[in-house]
Amino acid sequence: MSEPLLNLTPAGLYCSRGDFHIDPWKPVPRAFITHAHADHARWGMGSYTCAEEGAGLLRRRVGEAANIATVRSGDALRVGDVTVSFHPAGHVLGSSQVRVSDGREVWVCTGDYKRGDDPTCAPFEVVPCDVLITEATFALPIYSWAPGEVTAREILAWWDEGVRRGHACVLFCYALGKAQRILGELARLVDRPVYVHGALEPLVEAYRAAGVALLPTLKVTNAEKGRRFAGELVLAPPGAYGSTWLRRFGDYETAFASGWMRVRGNRRRQGFDRGFSLSDHADWNGLLTTIAECGAQRVLATHGYKDVLARACREAGLSADVLSTEFSENDDEGEAT
Amino acid sequence: MRAFAELYERLDRTTSTNAKVEAMVEYFSVAEPADAAWVLFFLTGRRLTRLMSVRQLAGWVGEATGLPGWLIEESYARVGDLAETVSLLLDDQSRERRASDLPLHRWLTERILTLGGMTREAQREAVSSWWSELSGRELFIFNKLLTGALRVGVSQTLVTRALAKVADLPPAAIAHRLMGAWDPTPDLVARLLRADGSDIDASRPYPFYLASPLETAVGVLGDPAEWQAEWKWDGIRAQLVKRGGVVYLWSRGEELVSDRFPEVVSRGLALGDGTVLDGEILAFRDGRPLPFAVLQQRIGRNKLTPSVLAHAPVVFMVYDVLELNGADIREQPLSDRRARLEAASPMFPASELIGASTWSELAIRREEARTLGVEGLMLKRKSSPYRAGRKRGDWWKWKIDPYSIDAVLTYAQPGSGKRSGLYTDYTFAVWQGEALTTVAKAYSGLTDAEIAELDRWIRAHTTEKFGPVRAVEPVQVFELHFEAIQPSGRHKAGLALRFPRIARWRTDKVAAEADTLDRLRAFLGEVR
Repeated sequence: MSEPLLNLTPAGLYCSRGDFHIDPWKPVPRAFITHAHADHARWGMGSYTCAEEGAGLLRRRVGEAANIATVRSGDALRVGDVTVSFHPAGHVLGSSQVRVSDGREVWVCTGDYKRGDDPTCAPFEVVPCDVLITEATFALPIYSWAPGEVTAREILAWWDEGVRRGHACVLFCYALGKAQRILGELARLVDRPVYVHGALEPLVEAYRAAGVALLPTLKVTNAEKGRRFAGELVLAPPGAYGSTWLRRFGDYETAFASGWMRVRGNRRRQGFDRGFSLSDHADWNGLLTTIAECGAQRVLATHGYKDVLARACREAGLSADVLSTEFSENDDEGEAT
Repeated sequence: MRAFAELYERLDRTTSTNAKVEAMVEYFSVAEPADAAWVLFFLTGRRLTRLMSVRQLAGWVGEATGLPGWLIEESYARVGDLAETVSLLLDDQSRERRASDLPLHRWLTERILTLGGMTREAQREAVSSWWSELSGRELFIFNKLLTGALRVGVSQTLVTRALAKVADLPPAAIAHRLMGAWDPTPDLVARLLRADGSDIDASRPYPFYLASPLETAVGVLGDPAEWQAEWKWDGIRAQLVKRGGVVYLWSRGEELVSDRFPEVVSRGLALGDGTVLDGEILAFRDGRPLPFAVLQQRIGRNKLTPSVLAHAPVVFMVYDVLELNGADIREQPLSDRRARLEAASPMFPASELIGASTWSELAIRREEARTLGVEGLMLKRKSSPYRAGRKRGDWWKWKIDPYSIDAVLTYAQPGSGKRSGLYTDYTFAVWQGEALTTVAKAYSGLTDAEIAELDRWIRAHTTEKFGPVRAVEPVQVFELHFEAIQPSGRHKAGLALRFPRIARWRTDKVAAEADTLDRLRAFLGEVR
């Protein structure tokens, strides 16, 4: 019995036969990166390799000086004794699954992914494999997402109410991915400008540079002094909640767009006026469907409800375990549930 | 159902009282009368009899979805509310659904209320088919209705305010009409909102005036001569209404409790017609009150046997008269009402007036409270009218300091509602020799920041899991306060604490410094 294709080491997931890591959390010579969220793409790697569409966002995350190589989705790279390829994961722009094969066995590491439609990134591709390393952020059957368009219509109805009543609508969302998805979903429904927090602006620009259609945006900080923002939609990162930055909006309602908002206690506890259940992770059915469709006989679950997913897989007759990675259960740093 | 679900959502997501009132005004302005009556029924805290347990629903959901029990439990541990868990499990976006426009009153009268007469199997079939017509928050509300646990986050005061706005009447008129027994019939809202107020049901009590806790030094109340002091009784606040030859006894929960206390009612028959008294129902023997637990035996039983009546004798301790000879005298000053009280109700004991010329003299009297079995003193402004609801300023409860112990956190479980998903229900123990013995569960007293910190600590220091309950390392010490202590055969420690709550997280103490069971037993001795 030869050594597994991928092993968990103190620096992260490691392939000894290709001498590279996937989404490592400590500096290593060669890192393959699934996507540019902070818990997956860290500073200080000798070199980075990612899918073409994700290179712009990755460079923002790890710095101009970083050594970044890109590869087209589906193209096979020969790395040591193995071949490696990237395949769309549908999580955020450029997010990819990493496929590793030694000719006998195929392993796929999903990174973060979702199965629902998203106008801002390529849809998830089912990659047949023997071993699937899957995320399990929302691996409980209570998590089931409505199509993004349905949630976008709820957000629009809330915005329209803000227009009618004359208050601002401040929508908190993760800065990378969720904010752009909302702008992309809304662009299918209306054509009005949206105000964005300064922290979001460069990421929105990066999406536009990649050719993604979004609603026009205005920077809050560029608005003339004393502007009240009545009837405007404002996107902001969760960290701005409760800060003095909010004072300028005068009369406003707040909302949070996140999969965690599906549970009433989370909606109530965090004190937002509204909670929109919108996630860039696979819901329970999405996880089970993916495992079934890729045909894996062995499943390794990482971050989130990994124990639950592993046990459900075992009860379905698969071999399954958990991998204790250091990926966070949220998409941005510093955000507890 | 949809309009009610939307109203529920609007009330649930805001803490602003103005927003809540606005949501209710909008609802009641356009709602169908038959639906509005039921909504009012639920908004005022009334509930259906529980038709089935939420565990039963969870079992059916398991069968319907094929999810194993452990997965439902894991979901429950995350959500913190089983009815919501069931609803989320059913609300699978991939399932087929036939949307229903059935109005709320028909959901209730033609469906939910017919379940009581069905077999379990017929119930299962009916409920499963109705589930397929609902989604999202409607599922949640439906399941809460089935389990008799629907709670809406509004106070009676806010409901009253909203209805008063819709009717353009003073809130007090609505409050009075909302009191007492009524059924959610289609004419209810029209009757509540009618402009003419002459035909008020003879049974109706007045809105209770509620005292506020005195949290500052008593001296700020000014001249003690302007105040009337009485013991603060630990019983059931009640109004006795005698009109048209009939006696009605109402608890503060606006429940008619006449049948629970027949001895009070029979004495009340001797009152003049058109009399309303305010007072406290107390379990009472040999001139002193018995513990509240004794009184509870009178409430908890369906049938009052002679032995219960003998074991838990009660009195109605009167302290105010609100109506005399058919005239509403609530606007008269308290001193005048009190002067007329004893002559008006000679068959009931009147709450003793505690005479004192200075606050310090009163403070000394207050110290007798624990030995007398009362909670402290009530201070009432002699010139005050009898107000409605909790209006600060004229009635104060000046309680004695609570008991205090240091106990060790041993178990935790997730809370519900606003605290679901966080470990906020704590079990505490004290030392009995080398072992820790559970003495209390407490839910309140920590700040949100402390709750979050403790939640993280609990997750990282769990020694064992029993369903949603986690045993934790016995390390953290908390100062607990409680109001009273009683011997108990049902608790392992042999005693029960009343109103235990967390006063402080004693990060400065280690578990070995927590109190012992012997110290608690000593408190029992003091009370005797």
